[in-house]
Amino acid sequence: MFAPVDCLLHLEGESVPRDVDMRTVERFLEAGRKSYPPKVGTVYGTLLNDRASLDALGDAVNAAPYKAPPKAPILYVKPRNTFAGHGSLVALPDSEQGVEVGGSLGIVIGKTACRVKEEEALDFVGGYTTIADLSVPHATVYRPSVRYRARDNFCVIGPAVIASKHVEAPDALDISVAINGQPSFRATTATVVRGVAKLIADVTDFMTLQPGDVLTLGVPYGSPIGKAGDEVAIAINRWPMLKFSLTIDAAVGGAR
Amino acid sequence: MMRGRVAFAGAIHEAYPHQSGVRLADGRVCRETEVVWLSPIEPGTIFALGLNYAEHAKELQFTKQEEPLVFLKGPGSVVGHRGVTRRPSDVTFMHYECELAVVIGKPAKNVKCADAMEYVAGYMIANDYAIRDYLENYYRPNLRVKNRDGGTVLGPWFVDASDIEDVAQLELRTYVNGTLRQRGNTSDLVTDIPGLIEYLSSFMTLAPGDVILTGTPDGIVDVRASDEVVCEIDGLGRLVNVIASDADFNRDWLSEDLTCESNI
Repeated sequence: MFAPVDCLLHLEGESVPRDVDMRTVERFLEAGRKSYPPKVGTVYGTLLNDRASLDALGDAVNAAPYKAPPKAPILYVKPRNTFAGHGSLVALPDSEQGVEVGGSLGIVIGKTACRVKEEEALDFVGGYTTIADLSVPHATVYRPSVRYRARDNFCVIGPAVIASKHVEAPDALDISVAINGQPSFRATTATVVRGVAKLIADVTDFMTLQPGDVLTLGVPYGSPIGKAGDEVAIAINRWPMLKFSLTIDAAVGGAR
Repeated sequence: MMRGRVAFAGAIHEAYPHQSGVRLADGRVCRETEVVWLSPIEPGTIFALGLNYAEHAKELQFTKQEEPLVFLKGPGSVVGHRGVTRRPSDVTFMHYECELAVVIGKPAKNVKCADAMEYVAGYMIANDYAIRDYLENYYRPNLRVKNRDGGTVLGPWFVDASDIEDVAQLELRTYVNGTLRQRGNTSDLVTDIPGLIEYLSSFMTLAPGDVILTGTPDGIVDVRASDEVVCEIDGLGRLVNVIASDADFNRDWLSEDLTCESNI
Protein backbone atom coordinates (compact mmCIF):
# COMPACT_ATOMS: atom_id res chain seq x y z
CA MET A 1 0.00 0.00 0.00
CA PHE A 2 1.10 3.54 -0.67
CA ALA A 3 -1.44 5.74 1.06
CA PRO A 4 -0.42 9.17 2.28
CA VAL A 5 -3.00 10.64 4.63
CA ASP A 6 -2.25 14.24 3.75
CA CYS A 7 0.96 15.43 2.07
CA LEU A 8 4.05 13.27 2.16
CA LEU A 9 7.20 15.39 2.39
CA HIS A 10 10.70 14.00 2.84
CA LEU A 11 12.84 16.92 3.91
CA GLU A 12 16.54 16.81 3.16
CA GLY A 13 18.43 15.74 6.28
CA GLU A 14 15.53 13.83 7.82
CA SER A 15 15.41 10.04 7.99
CA VAL A 16 11.74 9.51 7.23
CA PRO A 17 9.11 11.52 5.35
CA ARG A 18 6.57 13.64 7.22
CA ASP A 19 2.87 13.33 6.48
CA VAL A 20 1.61 16.86 7.04
CA ASP A 21 -0.96 19.33 5.74
CA MET A 22 -0.29 21.57 2.78
CA ARG A 23 0.25 24.67 4.90
CA THR A 24 2.99 22.93 6.85
CA VAL A 25 4.62 21.87 3.58
CA GLU A 26 4.54 25.48 2.42
CA ARG A 27 6.06 26.68 5.69
CA PHE A 28 9.04 24.35 5.33
CA LEU A 29 9.56 25.31 1.71
CA GLU A 30 9.29 29.03 2.42
CA ALA A 31 12.05 28.53 4.98
CA GLY A 32 14.23 27.30 2.12
CA ARG A 33 14.16 23.60 2.94
CA LYS A 34 14.91 21.13 0.16
CA SER A 35 13.31 17.72 -0.17
CA TYR A 36 14.38 14.32 -1.39
CA PRO A 37 12.42 12.87 -4.27
CA PRO A 38 9.52 10.89 -2.77
CA LYS A 39 10.51 7.25 -2.35
CA VAL A 40 8.84 5.88 -5.44
CA GLY A 41 9.11 2.67 -7.43
CA THR A 42 9.40 2.74 -11.18
CA VAL A 43 8.52 5.98 -12.98
CA TYR A 44 6.85 5.50 -16.35
CA GLY A 45 6.54 8.54 -18.58
CA THR A 46 3.72 8.88 -21.08
CA LEU A 47 4.24 10.49 -24.45
CA LEU A 48 1.97 12.20 -26.99
CA ASN A 49 -0.87 12.19 -24.48
CA ASP A 50 -1.62 15.85 -25.06
CA ARG A 51 -3.99 16.10 -28.05
CA ALA A 52 -2.01 19.12 -29.28
CA SER A 53 1.17 17.00 -29.54
CA LEU A 54 -0.62 14.53 -31.72
CA ASP A 55 -2.25 17.32 -33.77
CA ALA A 56 1.18 18.87 -34.30
CA LEU A 57 2.40 15.65 -35.90
CA GLY A 58 -0.55 15.92 -38.30
CA ASP A 59 -0.34 13.68 -41.36
CA ALA A 60 3.20 12.71 -40.40
CA VAL A 61 1.67 9.93 -38.28
CA ASN A 62 0.67 8.18 -41.49
CA ALA A 63 4.04 8.60 -43.19
CA ALA A 64 7.37 6.85 -42.53
CA PRO A 65 8.71 6.12 -40.01
CA TYR A 66 5.45 6.20 -38.03
CA LYS A 67 3.15 4.72 -40.69
CA ALA A 68 0.04 4.78 -38.46
CA PRO A 69 -1.34 6.84 -35.57
CA PRO A 70 -0.50 5.44 -32.12
CA LYS A 71 -2.89 2.89 -30.63
CA ALA A 72 -1.54 1.85 -27.21
CA PRO A 73 -0.24 4.42 -24.68
CA ILE A 74 3.33 5.44 -25.55
CA LEU A 75 5.46 4.89 -22.48
CA TYR A 76 9.07 5.12 -21.44
CA VAL A 77 10.98 4.55 -18.22
CA LYS A 78 12.64 7.34 -16.23
CA PRO A 79 15.36 5.29 -14.49
CA ARG A 80 16.41 5.78 -10.87
CA ASN A 81 19.50 7.86 -11.71
CA THR A 82 17.13 10.54 -12.99
CA PHE A 83 15.33 11.05 -9.67
CA ALA A 84 15.99 14.40 -8.02
CA GLY A 85 14.20 16.40 -5.35
CA HIS A 86 12.92 19.92 -4.81
CA GLY A 87 15.82 22.38 -4.73
CA SER A 88 18.08 20.23 -6.92
CA LEU A 89 20.74 21.48 -9.26
CA VAL A 90 20.42 19.76 -12.63
CA ALA A 91 23.41 19.58 -14.98
CA LEU A 92 22.73 20.03 -18.69
CA PRO A 93 24.89 18.45 -21.38
CA ASP A 94 25.61 21.79 -23.07
CA SER A 95 24.90 25.47 -22.71
CA GLU A 96 23.28 26.17 -26.08
CA GLN A 97 20.57 23.61 -26.61
CA GLY A 98 19.09 23.72 -23.12
CA VAL A 99 16.49 21.29 -21.87
CA GLU A 100 12.77 20.87 -22.46
CA VAL A 101 11.01 21.38 -19.12
CA GLY A 102 8.02 19.07 -19.23
CA GLY A 103 5.79 19.80 -16.24
CA SER A 104 3.63 16.76 -15.72
CA LEU A 105 1.14 15.32 -13.30
CA GLY A 106 2.65 12.28 -11.56
CA ILE A 107 0.10 9.62 -10.67
CA VAL A 108 1.40 7.64 -7.68
CA ILE A 109 -0.09 4.16 -7.52
CA GLY A 110 -1.59 3.28 -4.13
CA LYS A 111 -2.26 -0.44 -4.44
CA THR A 112 -1.33 -3.22 -6.82
CA ALA A 113 -2.94 -2.35 -10.13
CA CYS A 114 -3.38 -5.17 -12.63
CA ARG A 115 -6.11 -5.31 -15.28
CA VAL A 116 -7.89 -2.39 -13.67
CA LYS A 117 -11.21 -1.21 -15.11
CA GLU A 118 -11.41 2.45 -16.09
CA GLU A 119 -14.40 3.09 -13.82
CA GLU A 120 -12.47 1.76 -10.80
CA ALA A 121 -9.04 3.10 -11.73
CA LEU A 122 -9.00 6.16 -9.47
CA ASP A 123 -9.36 3.86 -6.45
CA PHE A 124 -5.85 2.60 -7.26
CA VAL A 125 -4.25 6.04 -6.97
CA GLY A 126 -2.50 6.74 -3.67
CA GLY A 127 -1.65 10.32 -4.47
CA TYR A 128 -0.38 12.81 -7.00
CA THR A 129 2.82 14.71 -7.36
CA THR A 130 4.51 17.22 -9.62
CA ILE A 131 7.13 15.95 -12.04
CA ALA A 132 9.62 17.89 -14.11
CA ASP A 133 10.26 15.42 -16.91
CA LEU A 134 13.38 16.88 -18.52
CA SER A 135 14.64 15.95 -21.95
CA VAL A 136 17.27 17.14 -24.37
CA PRO A 137 15.13 18.63 -27.18
CA HIS A 138 14.64 16.12 -30.00
CA ALA A 139 12.19 16.10 -32.89
CA THR A 140 11.70 12.39 -33.50
CA VAL A 141 9.42 10.17 -31.46
CA TYR A 142 10.28 7.11 -33.56
CA ARG A 143 13.24 5.64 -31.72
CA PRO A 144 14.93 8.46 -29.85
CA SER A 145 18.12 7.76 -27.96
CA VAL A 146 17.72 6.99 -24.28
CA ARG A 147 20.34 9.67 -23.56
CA TYR A 148 17.76 12.42 -24.19
CA ARG A 149 15.63 11.51 -21.19
CA ALA A 150 17.76 9.33 -18.91
CA ARG A 151 20.46 11.77 -17.80
CA ASP A 152 21.17 12.10 -14.08
CA ASN A 153 18.61 14.31 -12.28
CA PHE A 154 16.36 14.55 -15.35
CA CYS A 155 13.25 13.62 -13.37
CA VAL A 156 12.66 16.14 -10.60
CA ILE A 157 9.83 14.99 -8.34
CA GLY A 158 7.88 16.59 -5.53
CA PRO A 159 8.20 18.40 -3.27
CA ALA A 160 5.33 16.38 -1.80
CA VAL A 161 2.94 13.60 -2.72
CA ILE A 162 -0.58 14.91 -2.26
CA ALA A 163 -3.09 12.32 -1.01
CA SER A 164 -5.63 11.49 -3.68
CA LYS A 165 -8.52 12.61 -1.45
CA HIS A 166 -7.25 16.19 -1.92
CA VAL A 167 -7.44 15.90 -5.71
CA GLU A 168 -11.06 15.65 -6.72
CA ALA A 169 -10.61 16.28 -10.43
CA PRO A 170 -7.24 15.06 -11.69
CA ASP A 171 -8.39 15.64 -15.25
CA ALA A 172 -8.91 19.37 -14.68
CA LEU A 173 -5.68 20.60 -13.16
CA ASP A 174 -3.71 23.67 -14.23
CA ILE A 175 0.00 23.24 -14.86
CA SER A 176 2.25 26.28 -15.10
CA VAL A 177 5.97 26.72 -15.54
CA ALA A 178 7.89 29.83 -14.52
CA ILE A 179 11.50 30.42 -15.49
CA ASN A 180 13.48 32.96 -13.48
CA GLY A 181 10.23 34.14 -11.93
CA GLN A 182 8.58 34.84 -15.30
CA PRO A 183 5.47 32.81 -16.19
CA SER A 184 6.50 31.03 -19.37
CA PHE A 185 4.02 28.25 -19.95
CA ARG A 186 0.47 27.25 -19.05
CA ALA A 187 -1.33 24.00 -19.71
CA THR A 188 -4.10 21.88 -18.31
CA THR A 189 -4.63 18.17 -17.76
CA ALA A 190 -8.02 18.55 -19.48
CA THR A 191 -6.60 18.29 -23.02
CA VAL A 192 -5.22 14.79 -22.82
CA VAL A 193 -5.93 11.86 -25.12
CA ARG A 194 -6.25 9.47 -22.15
CA GLY A 195 -7.30 10.85 -18.79
CA VAL A 196 -5.92 9.45 -15.53
CA ALA A 197 -8.42 6.58 -15.25
CA LYS A 198 -8.25 5.53 -18.89
CA LEU A 199 -4.44 5.61 -18.84
CA ILE A 200 -4.27 3.37 -15.76
CA ALA A 201 -6.77 0.94 -17.31
CA ASP A 202 -4.91 0.69 -20.63
CA VAL A 203 -1.46 0.36 -19.07
CA THR A 204 -2.41 -2.24 -16.45
CA ASP A 205 -3.88 -4.46 -19.13
CA PHE A 206 -0.34 -5.56 -19.98
CA MET A 207 1.82 -4.53 -17.03
CA THR A 208 1.12 -4.54 -13.31
CA LEU A 209 1.85 -1.33 -11.43
CA GLN A 210 3.01 -1.69 -7.84
CA PRO A 211 2.26 0.63 -4.92
CA GLY A 212 4.65 3.56 -5.26
CA ASP A 213 5.08 3.22 -9.02
CA VAL A 214 4.45 6.46 -10.85
CA LEU A 215 2.78 7.02 -14.18
CA THR A 216 3.07 10.50 -15.61
CA LEU A 217 0.04 11.86 -17.41
CA GLY A 218 2.47 13.22 -19.97
CA VAL A 219 4.34 16.34 -20.87
CA PRO A 220 2.06 19.04 -22.36
CA TYR A 221 2.68 20.22 -25.92
CA GLY A 222 4.94 23.23 -26.35
CA SER A 223 6.80 22.89 -23.06
CA PRO A 224 9.39 25.64 -22.56
CA ILE A 225 13.15 25.35 -22.85
CA GLY A 226 15.34 26.01 -19.84
CA LYS A 227 18.97 27.08 -20.10
CA ALA A 228 21.93 26.82 -17.77
CA GLY A 229 21.61 29.35 -14.96
CA ASP A 230 17.80 29.29 -15.03
CA GLU A 231 15.66 28.87 -11.94
CA VAL A 232 12.61 26.80 -12.78
CA ALA A 233 9.33 26.52 -10.86
CA ILE A 234 6.47 24.20 -11.77
CA ALA A 235 3.05 24.55 -10.19
CA ILE A 236 0.03 22.30 -10.40
CA ASN A 237 -3.03 24.17 -9.16
CA ARG A 238 -2.12 25.56 -5.74
CA TRP A 239 0.02 22.62 -4.67
CA PRO A 240 3.44 23.39 -3.24
CA MET A 241 5.66 24.44 -6.16
CA LEU A 242 8.49 22.26 -7.45
CA LYS A 243 11.66 24.30 -7.91
CA PHE A 244 15.10 23.47 -9.24
CA SER A 245 18.03 25.12 -11.02
CA LEU A 246 19.85 24.33 -14.23
CA THR A 247 23.61 24.40 -14.65
CA ILE A 248 26.26 23.20 -17.04
CA ASP A 249 28.66 22.38 -14.26
CA ALA A 250 29.60 18.80 -15.09
CA ALA A 251 30.68 18.21 -11.50
CA VAL A 252 27.07 18.54 -10.37
CA GLY A 253 24.59 15.93 -11.62
CA GLY A 254 27.11 13.17 -12.09
CA ALA A 255 28.69 12.29 -8.82
CA ARG A 256 26.63 10.24 -6.43
CA MET B 1 30.36 -18.68 -7.49
CA MET B 2 26.80 -19.34 -8.69
CA ARG B 3 23.98 -17.99 -6.57
CA GLY B 4 20.25 -18.20 -7.02
CA ARG B 5 17.29 -16.90 -5.06
CA VAL B 6 14.43 -19.25 -4.33
CA ALA B 7 11.27 -19.37 -2.25
CA PHE B 8 10.94 -22.50 -0.13
CA ALA B 9 8.92 -23.40 2.95
CA GLY B 10 7.73 -19.88 3.71
CA ALA B 11 10.90 -17.87 3.14
CA ILE B 12 13.21 -16.59 0.45
CA HIS B 13 16.66 -18.19 0.40
CA GLU B 14 19.97 -17.85 -1.34
CA ALA B 15 20.60 -21.11 -3.16
CA TYR B 16 23.59 -22.82 -4.78
CA PRO B 17 23.97 -25.61 -7.31
CA HIS B 18 23.98 -29.11 -5.83
CA GLN B 19 24.26 -32.51 -7.49
CA SER B 20 20.69 -33.43 -6.54
CA GLY B 21 19.11 -30.01 -7.08
CA VAL B 22 19.85 -26.91 -5.04
CA ARG B 23 21.41 -26.31 -1.67
CA LEU B 24 19.93 -23.51 0.42
CA ALA B 25 22.11 -21.21 2.50
CA ASP B 26 20.80 -22.92 5.65
CA GLY B 27 22.01 -26.34 4.45
CA ARG B 28 18.79 -27.91 3.19
CA VAL B 29 18.98 -29.59 -0.19
CA CYS B 30 15.92 -29.45 -2.46
CA ARG B 31 14.97 -30.74 -5.88
CA GLU B 32 15.07 -28.05 -8.56
CA THR B 33 11.31 -28.33 -9.07
CA GLU B 34 10.55 -28.18 -5.37
CA VAL B 35 11.48 -24.52 -4.98
CA VAL B 36 10.09 -21.39 -6.63
CA TRP B 37 12.85 -19.66 -8.52
CA LEU B 38 13.04 -15.89 -8.29
CA SER B 39 15.29 -13.57 -10.23
CA PRO B 40 18.80 -14.06 -8.74
CA ILE B 41 18.94 -10.35 -7.95
CA GLU B 42 16.36 -7.60 -7.59
CA PRO B 43 17.41 -5.54 -10.58
CA GLY B 44 17.84 -1.79 -10.51
CA THR B 45 17.59 -0.12 -13.88
CA ILE B 46 17.23 -2.66 -16.68
CA PHE B 47 18.77 -1.72 -20.02
CA ALA B 48 18.11 -3.78 -23.10
CA LEU B 49 19.94 -3.65 -26.39
CA GLY B 50 18.24 -3.88 -29.73
CA LEU B 51 20.07 -5.13 -32.80
CA ASN B 52 23.35 -5.79 -31.04
CA TYR B 53 24.29 -8.90 -33.00
CA ALA B 54 25.21 -8.26 -36.60
CA GLU B 55 23.29 -11.23 -38.02
CA HIS B 56 20.13 -10.48 -36.02
CA ALA B 57 20.18 -6.87 -37.24
CA LYS B 58 20.32 -8.21 -40.77
CA GLU B 59 17.47 -10.61 -39.99
CA LEU B 60 15.31 -7.66 -38.98
CA GLN B 61 16.53 -5.61 -41.94
CA PHE B 62 18.30 -2.86 -40.09
CA THR B 63 21.37 -1.04 -41.29
CA LYS B 64 24.38 0.31 -39.41
CA GLN B 65 23.56 2.24 -36.24
CA GLU B 66 25.01 5.57 -35.10
CA GLU B 67 24.92 4.63 -31.43
CA PRO B 68 23.81 1.54 -29.50
CA LEU B 69 20.04 1.09 -29.59
CA VAL B 70 19.12 1.05 -25.90
CA PHE B 71 15.73 0.89 -24.29
CA LEU B 72 14.68 0.57 -20.65
CA LYS B 73 12.54 -1.99 -18.89
CA GLY B 74 10.78 -1.92 -15.52
CA PRO B 75 11.35 -4.49 -12.75
CA GLY B 76 7.69 -5.55 -12.88
CA SER B 77 8.33 -7.55 -16.04
CA VAL B 78 10.85 -9.85 -14.33
CA VAL B 79 10.22 -13.52 -13.54
CA GLY B 80 12.65 -16.25 -12.50
CA HIS B 81 13.73 -19.65 -13.78
CA ARG B 82 10.82 -22.02 -14.46
CA GLY B 83 8.37 -19.10 -14.57
CA VAL B 84 5.62 -18.71 -17.13
CA THR B 85 5.05 -16.00 -19.70
CA ARG B 86 1.64 -15.37 -21.21
CA ARG B 87 1.01 -15.31 -24.91
CA PRO B 88 -2.15 -13.30 -25.68
CA SER B 89 -4.47 -15.30 -27.94
CA ASP B 90 -4.76 -12.49 -30.52
CA VAL B 91 -1.08 -12.40 -31.49
CA THR B 92 0.70 -14.08 -34.39
CA PHE B 93 4.37 -13.56 -33.51
CA MET B 94 5.75 -13.76 -29.99
CA HIS B 95 9.42 -14.64 -29.66
CA TYR B 96 12.11 -15.25 -27.03
CA GLU B 97 15.46 -13.50 -27.04
CA CYS B 98 18.32 -15.29 -25.28
CA GLU B 99 20.70 -12.64 -23.95
CA LEU B 100 23.75 -12.29 -21.76
CA ALA B 101 22.75 -10.09 -18.79
CA VAL B 102 25.56 -8.01 -17.29
CA VAL B 103 25.15 -6.91 -13.66
CA ILE B 104 26.86 -3.69 -12.59
CA GLY B 105 28.84 -3.92 -9.34
CA LYS B 106 29.79 -0.35 -8.45
CA PRO B 107 28.69 3.16 -9.40
CA ALA B 108 29.91 4.00 -12.89
CA LYS B 109 30.14 7.50 -14.37
CA ASN B 110 32.27 8.45 -17.38
CA VAL B 111 34.00 5.08 -17.38
CA LYS B 112 36.34 4.33 -20.26
CA CYS B 113 36.36 1.01 -22.13
CA ALA B 114 39.76 0.08 -20.76
CA ASP B 115 38.47 0.19 -17.17
CA ALA B 116 34.89 -0.91 -17.78
CA MET B 117 35.17 -4.56 -16.78
CA GLU B 118 36.09 -3.51 -13.23
CA TYR B 119 32.51 -2.31 -12.89
CA VAL B 120 30.95 -5.67 -13.73
CA ALA B 121 29.83 -7.78 -10.74
CA GLY B 122 28.62 -10.77 -12.69
CA TYR B 123 26.33 -12.32 -15.26
CA MET B 124 22.97 -13.99 -15.68
CA ILE B 125 20.99 -15.49 -18.53
CA ALA B 126 18.06 -13.38 -19.71
CA ASN B 127 15.15 -14.25 -21.95
CA ASP B 128 13.71 -10.95 -23.16
CA TYR B 129 10.36 -11.73 -24.80
CA ALA B 130 8.77 -9.56 -27.48
CA ILE B 131 5.40 -9.56 -29.18
CA ARG B 132 5.84 -8.17 -32.64
CA ASP B 133 2.11 -7.70 -33.30
CA TYR B 134 2.11 -4.86 -30.79
CA LEU B 135 5.10 -3.08 -32.30
CA GLU B 136 4.27 0.55 -33.00
CA ASN B 137 6.62 3.15 -34.36
CA TYR B 138 6.60 5.50 -31.38
CA TYR B 139 9.41 5.21 -28.86
CA ARG B 140 10.23 1.84 -30.40
CA PRO B 141 10.20 -0.81 -29.10
CA ASN B 142 7.18 0.27 -27.08
CA LEU B 143 6.50 -1.12 -23.64
CA ARG B 144 3.47 -3.12 -24.76
CA VAL B 145 5.94 -5.16 -26.84
CA LYS B 146 8.79 -5.34 -24.36
CA ASN B 147 7.68 -4.57 -20.82
CA ARG B 148 4.85 -6.98 -20.27
CA ASP B 149 4.34 -8.87 -17.01
CA GLY B 150 6.50 -11.98 -17.21
CA GLY B 151 8.35 -10.72 -20.28
CA THR B 152 11.85 -10.63 -18.73
CA VAL B 153 13.08 -14.01 -17.50
CA LEU B 154 16.28 -13.88 -15.41
CA GLY B 155 18.33 -16.68 -13.90
CA PRO B 156 18.71 -19.32 -12.73
CA TRP B 157 22.01 -18.07 -11.35
CA PHE B 158 23.98 -14.94 -10.76
CA VAL B 159 27.55 -15.88 -11.65
CA ASP B 160 30.51 -13.85 -10.37
CA ALA B 161 32.41 -12.08 -13.13
CA SER B 162 35.67 -13.65 -11.92
CA ASP B 163 34.27 -17.12 -12.69
CA ILE B 164 33.94 -16.38 -16.40
CA GLU B 165 37.25 -16.61 -18.14
CA ASP B 166 36.33 -14.82 -21.38
CA VAL B 167 32.91 -13.23 -21.51
CA ALA B 168 33.49 -12.35 -25.18
CA GLN B 169 33.58 -16.05 -26.13
CA LEU B 170 30.34 -17.48 -24.75
CA GLU B 171 27.91 -19.43 -26.86
CA LEU B 172 24.19 -18.75 -26.47
CA ARG B 173 21.60 -21.38 -27.40
CA THR B 174 17.81 -21.47 -27.28
CA TYR B 175 15.79 -24.66 -27.50
CA VAL B 176 12.04 -24.72 -28.09
CA ASN B 177 10.53 -28.04 -26.99
CA GLY B 178 14.00 -29.54 -27.17
CA THR B 179 14.82 -28.35 -30.69
CA LEU B 180 17.77 -25.97 -31.08
CA ARG B 181 16.39 -22.77 -32.64
CA GLN B 182 18.85 -20.02 -31.80
CA ARG B 183 22.61 -20.10 -31.59
CA GLY B 184 25.11 -17.29 -31.37
CA ASN B 185 28.29 -16.19 -29.66
CA THR B 186 29.05 -13.11 -27.59
CA SER B 187 32.09 -12.59 -29.84
CA ASP B 188 29.59 -11.19 -32.41
CA LEU B 189 28.29 -8.32 -30.27
CA VAL B 190 28.11 -5.11 -32.31
CA THR B 191 28.91 -3.06 -29.20
CA ASP B 192 30.75 -5.18 -26.63
CA ILE B 193 30.35 -4.98 -22.84
CA PRO B 194 33.09 -2.37 -22.23
CA GLY B 195 31.65 -0.31 -25.09
CA LEU B 196 28.16 -0.44 -23.59
CA ILE B 197 29.40 0.59 -20.14
CA GLU B 198 31.41 3.46 -21.63
CA TYR B 199 28.41 4.58 -23.70
CA LEU B 200 25.79 4.43 -20.91
CA SER B 201 28.04 5.91 -18.24
CA SER B 202 28.90 8.82 -20.53
CA PHE B 203 25.48 10.40 -19.92
CA MET B 204 24.14 8.69 -16.79
CA THR B 205 25.38 7.12 -13.59
CA LEU B 206 25.10 3.35 -13.43
CA ALA B 207 24.49 1.85 -9.99
CA PRO B 208 25.14 -1.57 -8.42
CA GLY B 209 22.35 -3.92 -9.44
CA ASP B 210 21.71 -2.24 -12.77
CA VAL B 211 21.42 -4.88 -15.48
CA ILE B 212 22.36 -4.63 -19.14
CA LEU B 213 20.70 -7.15 -21.45
CA THR B 214 23.21 -7.19 -24.26
CA GLY B 215 20.99 -8.21 -27.18
CA THR B 216 20.13 -11.41 -28.98
CA PRO B 217 21.60 -13.25 -31.99
CA ASP B 218 19.49 -14.41 -34.91
CA GLY B 219 17.23 -17.42 -34.74
CA ILE B 220 13.99 -16.14 -33.29
CA VAL B 221 10.81 -18.11 -33.90
CA ASP B 222 7.20 -17.81 -32.82
CA VAL B 223 6.33 -19.62 -29.60
CA ARG B 224 2.93 -20.99 -28.62
CA ALA B 225 1.14 -21.71 -25.36
CA SER B 226 2.63 -24.70 -23.51
CA ASP B 227 5.94 -24.47 -25.41
CA GLU B 228 9.02 -24.96 -23.24
CA VAL B 229 11.73 -22.40 -24.01
CA VAL B 230 15.23 -23.09 -22.68
CA CYS B 231 18.01 -20.51 -22.95
CA GLU B 232 21.58 -21.60 -22.32
CA ILE B 233 24.81 -19.65 -22.10
CA ASP B 234 28.21 -21.31 -21.59
CA GLY B 235 29.11 -21.26 -17.92
CA LEU B 236 25.87 -19.60 -16.76
CA GLY B 237 23.44 -22.51 -16.76
CA ARG B 238 20.12 -23.23 -18.32
CA LEU B 239 17.09 -20.94 -18.00
CA VAL B 240 13.71 -22.62 -18.44
CA ASN B 241 10.44 -20.85 -19.22
CA VAL B 242 7.01 -22.06 -20.30
CA ILE B 243 4.54 -20.17 -22.44
CA ALA B 244 1.10 -19.79 -20.88
CA SER B 245 -2.22 -19.03 -22.54
CA ASP B 246 -4.84 -16.38 -21.91
CA ALA B 247 -6.99 -19.12 -20.38
CA ASP B 248 -4.29 -19.78 -17.74
CA PHE B 249 -4.78 -16.17 -16.66
CA ASN B 250 -8.56 -16.34 -16.87
CA ARG B 251 -8.41 -14.12 -19.90
CA ASP B 252 -9.99 -16.42 -22.47
CA TRP B 253 -12.61 -14.89 -24.76
CA LEU B 254 -15.46 -16.55 -22.86
CA SER B 255 -14.68 -14.89 -19.53
CA GLU B 256 -13.97 -11.54 -21.27
CA ASP B 257 -17.38 -11.82 -22.89
CA LEU B 258 -19.12 -12.55 -19.62
CA THR B 259 -17.39 -9.59 -18.01
CA CYS B 260 -18.74 -7.34 -20.72
CA GLU B 261 -22.26 -8.64 -20.32
CA SER B 262 -22.23 -8.21 -16.57
CA ASN B 263 -21.41 -4.55 -17.11
CA ILE B 264 -24.50 -3.85 -19.19
